Amino acid sequence: MLGIPISYYLVLSSSMFVIGILGVLLRRNALVTFMSLEMMFNAANLVFVTFAAYHRVLTGQIFVFFVMTVAAAEVAVGLALMVAIFRTKHSIDIDQMSSLKG
Amino acid sequence: MFPGMILFIFLALVVIASSLAMLFSRNTIYAALFLAMNFVTVALLYLLLGAPFIALVQVTVYAGSIMVLFLFVIMMLGAENIPGGESLPGHRVLALILGAVFLLELAMMIAVKGGLFQASMSEVEFSNPALLGEMLFTRYQLLFLVTSVILLAATVGAVLLTRGDKVKSRDLVHPKE
Repeated sequence: MLGIPISYYLVLSSSMFVIGILGVLLRRNALVTFMSLEMMFNAANLVFVTFAAYHRVLTGQIFVFFVMTVAAAEVAVGLALMVAIFRTKHSIDIDQMSSLKG
Repeated sequence: MFPGMILFIFLALVVIASSLAMLFSRNTIYAALFLAMNFVTVALLYLLLGAPFIALVQVTVYAGSIMVLFLFVIMMLGAENIPGGESLPGHRVLALILGAVFLLELAMMIAVKGGLFQASMSEVEFSNPALLGEMLFTRYQLLFLVTSVILLAATVGAVLLTRGDKVKSRDLVHPKE
Protein backbone atom coordinates (compact mmCIF):
# COMPACT_ATOMS: atom_id res chain seq x y z
CA MET A 1 0.00 0.00 0.00
CA LEU A 2 1.75 3.11 -1.26
CA GLY A 3 4.93 1.08 -1.40
CA ILE A 4 5.08 0.37 2.33
CA PRO A 5 6.22 -3.17 3.10
CA ILE A 6 3.73 -5.23 5.03
CA SER A 7 6.23 -6.02 7.77
CA TYR A 8 6.28 -2.36 8.86
CA TYR A 9 2.59 -2.52 9.69
CA LEU A 10 3.01 -5.87 11.44
CA VAL A 11 5.90 -4.62 13.58
CA LEU A 12 3.89 -1.53 14.50
CA SER A 13 0.93 -3.61 15.55
CA SER A 14 3.06 -6.02 17.55
CA SER A 15 4.64 -3.10 19.42
CA MET A 16 1.17 -1.81 20.26
CA PHE A 17 0.28 -5.30 21.43
CA VAL A 18 3.33 -5.63 23.67
CA ILE A 19 2.75 -2.17 25.15
CA GLY A 20 -0.81 -3.26 25.91
CA ILE A 21 0.48 -6.39 27.63
CA LEU A 22 2.84 -4.30 29.73
CA GLY A 23 -0.04 -2.03 30.67
CA VAL A 24 -2.12 -4.99 31.84
CA LEU A 25 0.78 -6.34 33.89
CA LEU A 26 2.21 -3.19 35.38
CA ARG A 27 -0.63 -0.88 36.30
CA ARG A 28 -2.50 -1.17 39.56
CA ASN A 29 -5.44 0.92 38.49
CA ALA A 30 -8.09 -1.43 37.13
CA LEU A 31 -9.35 1.13 34.63
CA VAL A 32 -5.92 1.58 33.05
CA THR A 33 -5.72 -2.22 32.77
CA PHE A 34 -8.96 -2.14 30.80
CA MET A 35 -7.61 0.58 28.57
CA SER A 36 -4.49 -1.43 27.81
CA LEU A 37 -6.75 -4.33 26.89
CA GLU A 38 -8.48 -2.07 24.39
CA MET A 39 -5.11 -1.22 22.92
CA MET A 40 -4.41 -4.90 22.43
CA PHE A 41 -7.70 -5.25 20.57
CA ASN A 42 -6.66 -2.33 18.43
CA ALA A 43 -3.36 -3.97 17.54
CA ALA A 44 -5.20 -7.10 16.38
CA ASN A 45 -7.58 -4.96 14.32
CA LEU A 46 -4.62 -3.32 12.61
CA VAL A 47 -3.25 -6.71 11.60
CA PHE A 48 -6.63 -7.70 10.15
CA VAL A 49 -6.98 -4.53 8.11
CA THR A 50 -3.37 -4.78 6.93
CA PHE A 51 -3.84 -8.25 5.55
CA ALA A 52 -7.17 -7.28 4.03
CA ALA A 53 -5.45 -4.48 2.17
CA TYR A 54 -2.42 -6.41 1.02
CA HIS A 55 -4.33 -9.43 -0.24
CA ARG A 56 -7.29 -7.34 -1.39
CA VAL A 57 -9.88 -9.44 0.40
CA LEU A 58 -12.70 -7.76 2.30
CA THR A 59 -13.04 -10.46 4.93
CA GLY A 60 -10.47 -8.82 7.21
CA GLN A 61 -12.48 -5.65 7.41
CA ILE A 62 -15.68 -7.55 8.17
CA PHE A 63 -13.93 -9.27 11.04
CA VAL A 64 -12.67 -5.93 12.36
CA PHE A 65 -16.26 -4.77 12.39
CA PHE A 66 -17.25 -7.71 14.57
CA VAL A 67 -14.24 -7.32 16.86
CA MET A 68 -15.17 -3.68 17.47
CA THR A 69 -18.74 -4.59 18.30
CA VAL A 70 -17.78 -7.30 20.75
CA ALA A 71 -15.12 -5.05 22.31
CA ALA A 72 -17.69 -2.33 22.87
CA ALA A 73 -20.04 -4.82 24.55
CA GLU A 74 -17.19 -6.11 26.70
CA VAL A 75 -16.21 -2.61 27.79
CA ALA A 76 -19.77 -1.86 28.82
CA VAL A 77 -20.04 -4.95 30.99
CA GLY A 78 -16.51 -4.56 32.38
CA LEU A 79 -17.07 -0.98 33.43
CA ALA A 80 -20.38 -1.94 35.03
CA LEU A 81 -18.44 -4.54 37.00
CA MET A 82 -15.91 -1.90 38.06
CA VAL A 83 -18.68 0.36 39.29
CA ALA A 84 -20.26 -2.49 41.22
CA ILE A 85 -16.90 -3.39 42.80
CA PHE A 86 -16.27 0.22 43.71
CA ARG A 87 -19.55 0.35 45.55
CA THR A 88 -18.46 -2.26 48.05
CA LYS A 89 -14.70 -1.80 48.27
CA HIS A 90 -14.48 1.94 47.59
CA SER A 91 -11.29 1.40 45.66
CA ILE A 92 -10.30 0.10 42.25
CA ASP A 93 -6.82 -0.88 43.21
CA ILE A 94 -6.25 -4.34 41.76
CA ASP A 95 -4.17 -5.42 44.74
CA GLN A 96 -7.21 -5.05 46.95
CA MET A 97 -9.42 -7.23 44.81
CA SER A 98 -7.93 -10.40 46.17
CA SER A 99 -11.05 -12.30 47.14
CA LEU A 100 -14.11 -13.26 45.19
CA LYS A 101 -16.48 -12.33 47.98
CA GLY A 102 -18.24 -9.16 46.83
CA MET B 1 6.39 6.07 -2.63
CA PHE B 2 8.13 8.79 -0.72
CA PRO B 3 5.17 10.83 0.63
CA GLY B 4 3.41 7.62 1.67
CA MET B 5 6.44 6.48 3.61
CA ILE B 6 6.82 9.84 5.34
CA LEU B 7 3.16 9.79 6.34
CA PHE B 8 3.38 6.24 7.59
CA ILE B 9 6.49 6.93 9.67
CA PHE B 10 4.93 10.01 11.21
CA LEU B 11 1.71 8.16 12.10
CA ALA B 12 3.65 5.19 13.44
CA LEU B 13 5.69 7.45 15.71
CA VAL B 14 2.55 9.13 17.01
CA VAL B 15 0.96 5.72 17.68
CA ILE B 16 3.97 4.44 19.62
CA ALA B 17 4.43 7.69 21.52
CA SER B 18 0.81 7.91 22.59
CA SER B 19 0.68 4.28 23.68
CA LEU B 20 3.87 4.69 25.74
CA ALA B 21 2.45 7.88 27.22
CA MET B 22 -0.71 6.02 28.15
CA LEU B 23 1.37 3.32 29.80
CA PHE B 24 3.50 5.65 31.86
CA SER B 25 1.22 8.52 32.85
CA ARG B 26 0.24 8.69 36.49
CA ASN B 27 -3.01 10.57 35.99
CA THR B 28 -5.76 8.27 34.72
CA ILE B 29 -7.53 10.97 32.73
CA TYR B 30 -4.34 11.74 30.84
CA ALA B 31 -3.99 8.04 30.08
CA ALA B 32 -7.53 7.91 28.68
CA LEU B 33 -6.91 10.95 26.51
CA PHE B 34 -3.65 9.52 25.20
CA LEU B 35 -5.50 6.33 24.33
CA ALA B 36 -8.11 8.35 22.44
CA MET B 37 -5.29 9.98 20.48
CA ASN B 38 -3.92 6.51 19.76
CA PHE B 39 -7.27 5.40 18.40
CA VAL B 40 -7.66 8.38 16.11
CA THR B 41 -4.13 7.89 14.76
CA VAL B 42 -4.80 4.23 14.08
CA ALA B 43 -7.94 5.34 12.23
CA LEU B 44 -5.68 7.46 10.01
CA LEU B 45 -3.57 4.36 9.40
CA TYR B 46 -6.73 2.55 8.33
CA LEU B 47 -7.36 5.31 5.81
CA LEU B 48 -3.85 4.76 4.50
CA LEU B 49 -4.68 1.07 4.12
CA GLY B 50 -7.75 1.76 2.02
CA ALA B 51 -10.44 1.07 4.62
CA PRO B 52 -12.42 4.30 4.92
CA PHE B 53 -15.50 2.78 6.50
CA ILE B 54 -13.52 0.97 9.17
CA ALA B 55 -11.58 4.17 9.88
CA LEU B 56 -14.73 6.14 10.55
CA VAL B 57 -16.26 3.31 12.57
CA GLN B 58 -13.08 3.29 14.66
CA VAL B 59 -13.38 6.99 15.37
CA THR B 60 -17.08 6.72 16.14
CA VAL B 61 -17.10 3.56 18.22
CA TYR B 62 -13.67 3.47 19.87
CA ALA B 63 -12.68 7.09 20.28
CA GLY B 64 -16.21 8.40 20.38
CA SER B 65 -18.10 6.06 22.66
CA ILE B 66 -15.75 3.64 24.40
CA MET B 67 -13.33 6.35 25.53
CA VAL B 68 -16.18 8.61 26.57
CA LEU B 69 -17.55 5.74 28.64
CA PHE B 70 -14.14 5.29 30.23
CA LEU B 71 -13.89 8.97 31.03
CA PHE B 72 -17.32 9.00 32.60
CA VAL B 73 -16.48 6.04 34.82
CA ILE B 74 -13.08 7.50 35.77
CA MET B 75 -14.65 10.75 36.80
CA MET B 76 -17.52 9.01 38.56
CA LEU B 77 -15.25 6.79 40.64
CA GLY B 78 -12.77 9.55 41.32
CA ALA B 79 -9.90 7.43 40.05
CA GLU B 80 -7.62 10.12 38.72
CA ASN B 81 -4.72 9.52 41.01
CA ILE B 82 -4.15 6.13 42.48
CA PRO B 83 -0.86 5.86 44.32
CA GLY B 84 1.57 3.79 42.32
CA GLY B 85 4.16 1.45 43.63
CA GLU B 86 5.16 -2.08 43.02
CA SER B 87 3.12 -4.95 44.35
CA LEU B 88 6.05 -7.34 44.23
CA PRO B 89 9.67 -6.23 44.33
CA GLY B 90 11.37 -6.48 40.97
CA HIS B 91 8.02 -6.88 39.23
CA ARG B 92 8.40 -3.86 37.02
CA VAL B 93 11.91 -4.53 35.83
CA LEU B 94 11.14 -8.14 35.03
CA ALA B 95 7.98 -7.22 33.13
CA LEU B 96 9.84 -4.61 31.08
CA ILE B 97 12.66 -6.98 30.23
CA LEU B 98 10.34 -9.81 29.25
CA GLY B 99 8.17 -7.44 27.24
CA ALA B 100 11.20 -6.20 25.33
CA VAL B 101 12.30 -9.77 24.65
CA PHE B 102 8.84 -10.68 23.37
CA LEU B 103 8.73 -7.65 21.10
CA LEU B 104 12.16 -8.46 19.74
CA GLU B 105 11.09 -12.03 19.02
CA LEU B 106 7.95 -10.92 17.21
CA ALA B 107 9.82 -8.30 15.18
CA MET B 108 12.52 -10.78 14.16
CA MET B 109 9.96 -13.38 13.14
CA ILE B 110 8.07 -10.82 11.08
CA ALA B 111 11.20 -9.49 9.43
CA VAL B 112 12.40 -12.96 8.52
CA LYS B 113 9.10 -14.34 7.29
CA GLY B 114 7.34 -11.23 6.05
CA GLY B 115 10.17 -9.72 4.18
CA LEU B 116 9.45 -6.82 1.90
CA PHE B 117 6.20 -7.94 0.39
CA GLN B 118 4.61 -4.87 -1.09
CA ALA B 119 1.50 -5.08 -3.13
CA SER B 120 0.91 -2.20 -5.46
CA MET B 121 -2.49 -0.75 -4.88
CA SER B 122 -4.23 0.43 -8.00
CA GLU B 123 -6.44 3.47 -7.86
CA VAL B 124 -9.59 1.41 -8.12
CA GLU B 125 -11.55 1.89 -4.97
CA PHE B 126 -11.06 -1.13 -2.83
CA SER B 127 -13.58 -0.87 -0.06
CA ASN B 128 -16.70 1.17 0.41
CA PRO B 129 -19.69 0.76 2.69
CA ALA B 130 -21.81 -0.72 -0.09
CA LEU B 131 -19.43 -3.62 -0.66
CA LEU B 132 -19.00 -4.19 3.06
CA GLY B 133 -22.72 -4.10 3.61
CA GLU B 134 -23.31 -6.56 0.82
CA MET B 135 -20.85 -9.03 2.32
CA LEU B 136 -22.11 -8.45 5.84
CA PHE B 137 -25.72 -9.16 5.03
CA THR B 138 -25.21 -12.10 2.72
CA ARG B 139 -22.19 -14.17 3.68
CA TYR B 140 -21.84 -13.16 7.32
CA GLN B 141 -25.50 -12.79 8.12
CA LEU B 142 -25.47 -15.30 10.94
CA LEU B 143 -22.52 -13.57 12.62
CA PHE B 144 -24.35 -10.29 12.32
CA LEU B 145 -27.41 -11.66 14.11
CA VAL B 146 -25.26 -13.27 16.79
CA THR B 147 -23.60 -9.89 17.33
CA SER B 148 -26.96 -8.31 17.95
CA VAL B 149 -27.68 -10.92 20.61
CA ILE B 150 -24.28 -10.16 22.19
CA LEU B 151 -25.14 -6.49 22.34
CA LEU B 152 -28.49 -7.25 23.93
CA ALA B 153 -26.81 -9.43 26.54
CA ALA B 154 -24.27 -6.68 27.26
CA THR B 155 -27.00 -4.09 27.72
CA VAL B 156 -28.99 -6.28 30.06
CA GLY B 157 -25.84 -7.20 31.97
CA ALA B 158 -24.70 -3.63 32.40
CA VAL B 159 -28.08 -2.53 33.70
CA LEU B 160 -28.32 -5.50 36.04
CA LEU B 161 -24.85 -5.02 37.51
CA THR B 162 -25.35 -1.38 38.39
CA ARG B 163 -28.83 -1.70 39.74
CA GLY B 164 -27.72 -1.61 43.35
CA ASP B 165 -29.95 -2.81 46.10
CA LYS B 166 -32.74 -5.15 45.35
CA VAL B 167 -35.80 -3.21 44.33
CA LYS B 168 -39.08 -4.99 44.76
CA SER B 169 -41.07 -4.78 41.61
CA ARG B 170 -44.07 -3.30 43.33
CA ASP B 171 -41.85 -0.39 44.41
CA LEU B 172 -41.14 0.31 40.79
CA VAL B 173 -44.80 0.60 39.98
CA HIS B 174 -45.91 2.37 43.15
CA PRO B 175 -42.85 4.18 44.47
CA LYS B 176 -42.54 4.49 48.22
CA GLU B 177 -42.72 8.10 49.34
